[in-house]
Amino acid sequence: MKSFAELIEKLDATNKTNQKVAALAGYFAQASELDKLWTIAILSHRRPPRPVNTTLLRTYAAELAEIPLWLFEESYHIVGDLAESIALVVPNDEHTSDKSLSKILQELVQLKSKTDPEKKEYVQDMWMQLDYYSRFVFTKLLTGSFRIGISQKLMTKALSQVTSVPDDELAYRLMGNWSPGDTTFDELVFGRNEQAYVSKPYPFYLAYALENEVHELGDVSDWAVEHKWDGIRGQVIVRKKEIFIWSRGEELVTEKYPEIAQLANVLPEGTVLDGEILAFVENQVGLFNDLQTRIGRKNVSKAVLAKVPVIFKAYDLLEFAGKDIRNLSYQDRRELLEALVNDTSHPVLQLSEQKNFTSWEEVVAERELAREKRSEGLMLKKKSAPYQVGRKKGDWWKWKIDPLTIDAVLTYAMRGHGRRTNLFTDYTFGLWQRNEKGENELVTFAKAYSGLTDKEFAQVDNIIKRTTLERFGPVRSVEPTLVFELAFEGIAFSNRHKSGVAVRFPRILRWRKDKKIGDANTLDDLKALIPT
Amino acid sequence: MLPTLVSGIILVFSPRKLNQLSMNSSDLLVFDSKGIYCPRAKVYLDPWKPVDRAIITHGHADHARFGHRNYLTHHSNIPIIRHRLGAINTQGIGWNEPIQINGVTFSLHPAGHIIGSSQVRVEYKGEVWVFTGDYKSEDDGVATPYESIRCNTMITECTFGLPAFKWKPQATVFGEINAWWQSNQQDGKTSVLFGYTLGKAQRILKYLDTSIGEIYTHGAVENMTEVLRPQLEMPPTKLITPNTSAKEIRGNIVVAPPSAHGSPWMRKFVPFETGTCSGWMAFRGARSRRATDKGFVLSDHCDWQGLLQSIKASDASRVICTHGYTDIFSRYLRELGYDASIENTDYEGEKEEIATPEPIPSA
Repeated sequence: MKSFAELIEKLDATNKTNQKVAALAGYFAQASELDKLWTIAILSHRRPPRPVNTTLLRTYAAELAEIPLWLFEESYHIVGDLAESIALVVPNDEHTSDKSLSKILQELVQLKSKTDPEKKEYVQDMWMQLDYYSRFVFTKLLTGSFRIGISQKLMTKALSQVTSVPDDELAYRLMGNWSPGDTTFDELVFGRNEQAYVSKPYPFYLAYALENEVHELGDVSDWAVEHKWDGIRGQVIVRKKEIFIWSRGEELVTEKYPEIAQLANVLPEGTVLDGEILAFVENQVGLFNDLQTRIGRKNVSKAVLAKVPVIFKAYDLLEFAGKDIRNLSYQDRRELLEALVNDTSHPVLQLSEQKNFTSWEEVVAERELAREKRSEGLMLKKKSAPYQVGRKKGDWWKWKIDPLTIDAVLTYAMRGHGRRTNLFTDYTFGLWQRNEKGENELVTFAKAYSGLTDKEFAQVDNIIKRTTLERFGPVRSVEPTLVFELAFEGIAFSNRHKSGVAVRFPRILRWRKDKKIGDANTLDDLKALIPT
Repeated sequence: MLPTLVSGIILVFSPRKLNQLSMNSSDLLVFDSKGIYCPRAKVYLDPWKPVDRAIITHGHADHARFGHRNYLTHHSNIPIIRHRLGAINTQGIGWNEPIQINGVTFSLHPAGHIIGSSQVRVEYKGEVWVFTGDYKSEDDGVATPYESIRCNTMITECTFGLPAFKWKPQATVFGEINAWWQSNQQDGKTSVLFGYTLGKAQRILKYLDTSIGEIYTHGAVENMTEVLRPQLEMPPTKLITPNTSAKEIRGNIVVAPPSAHGSPWMRKFVPFETGTCSGWMAFRGARSRRATDKGFVLSDHCDWQGLLQSIKASDASRVICTHGYTDIFSRYLRELGYDASIENTDYEGEKEEIATPEPIPSA
């Protein structure tokens, strides 16, 4: 545990990629096989399920620290991170435990089914046996969230240095449905477990946003153009007569989309499709917001199925007749894909239309149609390019339409997390509406916590501290004085929001210091943006 | 205050008395718009607006301000405030040396915060108040160690008044600092360590292991250190001037104020690693916000236990919290049975949320 905690401390202490990779490689070079396996699992978001809920953890910590619970909560609000707060208040700084990382994680797996007193004894005991940083890391493992700025890409790179297995190959091996309980480090990294390959997805190829003028991409005839669909990126795999649907977040979602799962019977053996899971209501592509009712549920009711049916809009073919064809050119894969979709002829499997243009002006005009077609903009793919691994520049570009914007008033603020603890950086925004009494009031419609520079955050933080009206734990209501221009990607009516409107990806575009709160937009202005 | 009817007699306060009541004149010390005031002696403690007579606890800018007519402080603080405030009217006294002002007895007692820092004890007719100024209960070997004083009312800071703050013994922290310096040196890098010009910087200097290398200083640190050398034994330091070559600094350590971080002045030290010494470094968020490579948890204030133990040892029944996590800390004290309240002041404690602009001398 100590060496894993030291690794996390090193990773946390630097934002230089090279140092992170070096720290990881150093760790992988000396850790036991089992510790390596668990480390890969943790850094690729395969933690054991949370064995103790955080409410209990708070009471355990307050008890050990001999402080009232409210005082622990207040400390937590200021520290901004639960595991860190616990590590700080527990009164011990001697590391006496020599348990390995894998041993502790195995114990956590078993802890879940234990009684509350057993949980308490185990957790408090561990806290008292660990020094501050190991206690912090241990508690992070307990609580689940582990944001330490280590991407899977960096981890794969370090592992590749130590094992000499190429990056891209490793990325593929580490994907899919495995857990440390049912494989070994050797099997996982050197690929000796054939069975696991049945469900294994390929790493998604991810596009960067277009940086330059579109005509600088060269000859328009070298590029395939299609709309960028606003659903859930997914991979559909049919192997050994089974179907697996993976989301881009590497979550197996087969059960959530029974319509797509039907394709098991019609797609040929050894097929892997890349595409978008989309709501498809009344023969029309739906909005991302429509999908919300499908995303959260594991078991979908008939009513929901009838209300928001989905389709799979395929745009690439990665495996054909059991063969990995990612190295074929986009054009060649596309031809195979078109033939496959036509042969399958199933209403749930649709083709993402590829358009051919003779000039970039036509492409520009097509992009203007995005909102009408309910897409987020365009995808530009080089016809000669293979299907790459991860986010790579050059062959695929996303070219989104400009976001919708509105001027809103800051009404509540909350302390940020991590780097932004102690600064009020998470804001709630309101728009004007006339109430029954005929008075104008601000109705909350969105939260946003990005888009300002550090300097601006510091200034806004200062104003918030000076204009606080009420405090509710980490949240403060403030006297409305600040106007911000917010941008968002999508908008729809919603029963789940007080304002009656849901916006997608709201963020701060800029601080409108030139505007007074009376100049901010109304809720009706916002509703007028909803497509009919 | 409304006229009160007591057994048939109507008592009406005169306007003068009313005014005094609103100022809470029964208290030996009150908080007004200029500072902590003793109405009976007509003296202010650490005032933040210009006054006639001020007793100053220590030399940090939020406690020793410009513009008072007369400054009374500990002898050892006089060179500091003269250096910072120029030609001012000062009178120095020693520890535990009572002086009478209009029948009120004042005395200064070591606060252990930085060199020359005092607590102020105020006594009138057997009632004792103590204003701690900034203080720390750990003996750092630089400042005269904190002395606990029995009192009825304690006016305390609570900069780190949260159970999340728990300092390690300074020997451990300096062990970490010297090990960090050595490891940077092995990597061919210069170590740049940030700490406040007055207090923290000298504490750092005192405990750097000079067998590792040379100590270089920023002008602001060097000037203050020069002022304090007659009172303090410290290792030799080299001021960085435009003529100091990049080569000679390499692998050594540079002590600088936090405001130097990220300034062009740092360019000469490339390649370097930065470290910050502050109580706030206990928080991961604070470390990354400061963009410092390494945080050392080293504070000149009390940690949570230090505050609680000091208050307990004073035997005070009433506690007034001035700066820091005052809401939380005073609520906890009330639960422990103290008559605890908050007064707003202009003191800042160990600044974290607000950037501390400190002038960088051109040298």
